[in-house]
Amino acid sequence: MLDRIDQQMGTLRTAANLRAYRQELLASNIANADTPSYKARDIDFKSALDGAIAGRGAFAMARTSPRHLAGPDGAAFSNAPHGAQVLYRTEFQASVDGNTVNMDVERSAFAENSVQLESALTFIQQQFRSLQTAIQGQ
Amino acid sequence: MSLFNVFSIAGSALTAQSARLNTTASNLANADSVVSADGKPYRAKQVVFRAMPVTTDGGVGVRVAGVVDSAAPGRMVYDPKSPVANEQGYVEMPNVNVVEEMTNMISASRAYQTNAEIMSAAKTLLLKTLAIAQ
Repeated sequence: MLDRIDQQMGTLRTAANLRAYRQELLASNIANADTPSYKARDIDFKSALDGAIAGRGAFAMARTSPRHLAGPDGAAFSNAPHGAQVLYRTEFQASVDGNTVNMDVERSAFAENSVQLESALTFIQQQFRSLQTAIQGQ
Repeated sequence: MSLFNVFSIAGSALTAQSARLNTTASNLANADSVVSADGKPYRAKQVVFRAMPVTTDGGVGVRVAGVVDSAAPGRMVYDPKSPVANEQGYVEMPNVNVVEEMTNMISASRAYQTNAEIMSAAKTLLLKTLAIAQ
């Protein structure tokens, strides 16, 4: 019974975790908007979530050091939660000091990510509500 | 929890931007200081930002790596009555570019504002997380 609940929540929990991590990366980009030679980074949410879900099903090996061999999927070493691949953003307008942060892109991505994280949290909350209703037998 | 790291990242940016605002204030206040502590005209100061990892999983904050003196030449003003004038009657004024400082000030205050908003967004989301199953 409890593993079913965990299974049901699992995807949403992974999604919320990845959204929170993306929030951290976007905050780093915005904090370094004036740092010379800073390169803006982001994750591709869809592939990160797909990877996390696939990894959980197939008992993927954990790579805790960059010197460990890559698995069959050949994923690069990543410190990020759920092995998300952190990528560099393609720049639209090069800046003289080598900084690739585009404030408009980062701000809109931050706003979008906030809403997505909030919706993931709302869905989790709703699932708990349904469980409570089921338990109370109303 | 990644959302807590947002506070340290945006917080480091607040510190760095206020340091930048401080140097701007110092430069503007001394835009006409012909003699400073070392007897020479005041030199404009600029902060140097550097990215600083605050977490192991890729969160990067910012810190002030140092404050450098601007290498721009000081502007020469003809004022033979001044006690610090040279043989030709010119006085070397500070190399503060007021227009540059004003744009710097606006940029720093906007960046400060943005990072403060980032912190309040992270706070809202954390409160939302706390409200799960209530």
